[in-house]
Amino acid sequence: MAYERKFKIGKPILEVNNISLAFGGVKAITDTSFNVLEHEVRAIIGPNGAGKSSMLNCINGIYKPQQGTVTFRGQVVPNITPNIMAQMGLSRTFQNLALFKRMSVLDNILVGRKLHTKTNFLEVALQLPKVKKEEKLNRERSEEIISFLEIEDIKDTPVGKLPYGLQKKVELGRALATDSSIILLDEPMAGMNVEEKRDMCRFILKVNDELGTTMVLIEHDMGVVMDISDRVVVLDYGKVIGDGTPDEIMANQKVIDAYLGVEH
Amino acid sequence: MKPIFMTYTKKDLINLAVCMVLSVLIIPTFIKTEYWYTSILIPWLCLALATIGQQIVMGYTGQLALGAAGFMAAGAFAMFNLILRVPDLGFVGSLIVSGLIAAAFGILFGLPSLKVRGIYLMVATLASQFFIIWMIDKFGWFKNYDSSGIITAQDIVILGKPFTTPLAMYFVCLAVTTILTLLAMNMARGSTGRNWMAVRDMDIAAESMGVSLLRTKVQAFAISAFYCGVAGALFAFCYLKSLEPVAFDIKLSFKILFMCILGGLGTINGAFIGAAFILLFPVLLNAIGNNVFHGAIDATIISSIEQVIFGLLMIIFMIYEPLGMAKLWENLKQSMRSKLSSSGIKGVKSPVLKK
Repeated sequence: MAYERKFKIGKPILEVNNISLAFGGVKAITDTSFNVLEHEVRAIIGPNGAGKSSMLNCINGIYKPQQGTVTFRGQVVPNITPNIMAQMGLSRTFQNLALFKRMSVLDNILVGRKLHTKTNFLEVALQLPKVKKEEKLNRERSEEIISFLEIEDIKDTPVGKLPYGLQKKVELGRALATDSSIILLDEPMAGMNVEEKRDMCRFILKVNDELGTTMVLIEHDMGVVMDISDRVVVLDYGKVIGDGTPDEIMANQKVIDAYLGVEH
Repeated sequence: MKPIFMTYTKKDLINLAVCMVLSVLIIPTFIKTEYWYTSILIPWLCLALATIGQQIVMGYTGQLALGAAGFMAAGAFAMFNLILRVPDLGFVGSLIVSGLIAAAFGILFGLPSLKVRGIYLMVATLASQFFIIWMIDKFGWFKNYDSSGIITAQDIVILGKPFTTPLAMYFVCLAVTTILTLLAMNMARGSTGRNWMAVRDMDIAAESMGVSLLRTKVQAFAISAFYCGVAGALFAFCYLKSLEPVAFDIKLSFKILFMCILGGLGTINGAFIGAAFILLFPVLLNAIGNNVFHGAIDATIISSIEQVIFGLLMIIFMIYEPLGMAKLWENLKQSMRSKLSSSGIKGVKSPVLKK
């Protein structure tokens, strides 16, 4: 890329070491390792059932892999749970949308501010001044994100009533609201039309560029992946079959075989 | 209508003022019959308070719990024993401590919610209902070894002044209910309520945002039980005026559940609407039976009809309006407003969607 990055790609922020995950007898991931560098856009691609979402779920602590470790900022994370990873500064979106359906867009994004909310329920009940102050800050930050994502006009609508593309945006907003240093995006552009995809790419790159947030995304649209990612890791049948820059991946024979099929 | 600050809008303040004027000035001036206070207004306030407790755990946090009456019993008997054994606490102090004791039970019986959900949790929380009633029945200490099994509640004395007339007790209930309702609204609209609703709507995502499921669920159970405990104490001291565990049986729990669902899950005002409906509906049916049919219909038949209608309404609401009567009320106001604004009256804006 020609332009100068404000946040230079740095050391590995997240490392996945020899992860194996099986559901009963079905092996989802086998002995997989790769790393994510700070401030980069990292794509995970692979055919259906390659174990991409399972990989994110392992990193985020929703699944417990039978083997292997996740290293965050150089330290192995023991007993990974979604909560612990959130506290360490890792946020995510979900493949099948996991929004709070009956809450408004603004409230959804405000939940993302949870870790920046220190007041307890008693203080909230009594509406102490510090609660108001904190709430005001959180609301301001959420409004910023809402205007960044250009969804001001729907901020009071319950998200359950929104079309799919907008819900995906809200989910990105909620992840952004955490101010995490790394965000995992599970198919952020699935089911979107070309225009919506272009918007989403713009947002992802803009966040990465302006805030230096490390982005890990799963995506099926090869054009998009090759355009926006710095490095790509390719999974097939739960194994890494390619890892490198988009150009390297496009020239990788194993990857081509996995995608186009190969004559036996 | 921009929020003045945070979530209090001008409309909220007007609503509060209207409610206060109505309940503090208008009702005491125009309603003189004791019947209204002792049989309708006081139980309404008490049960509405318990329903808010049920709302917090079920409507906001989405945990199917069925044991509100158990916590009410815990609160009522705690109150009796505190006034009896620790008279220095005073009425208000005892009320708060009774709520806290009920909250402790709430934490204990809320723990299963971490492992089981849905209908199974409902069965698990039924344990609280039976355990608390059993405990009070089993150990005479709770009833001060009274042989009759029914004990009389002490008179309410606040700061040396007795509150024994129906009107005075109505004001006691009103004050407590108002304060606790405001606190509940603050929680429900603030970060606490957002955590509850996040757990309700999508627990995995809530956890990924840093919301602790353990803390949030247990907190909701504790606060819910606190509200039920205080409501139970008021219910026993202002309405029943006697304490017997049977008064807090499973039927009362179901009643509160119905109030919660008919009123509208996840709403605070729904608690009041639901409680009013369930309390007043039998009164209305009886009045119809006596005045229209002049007693031609047997009282037992009327109470059966009541059950049938409640059951039907539950089914109808679950299918067509899961958000209950509070939502119907909201819709009614919206349609009124849109009629007003279409007829050219200025200053009436189209309503904003509210949670």
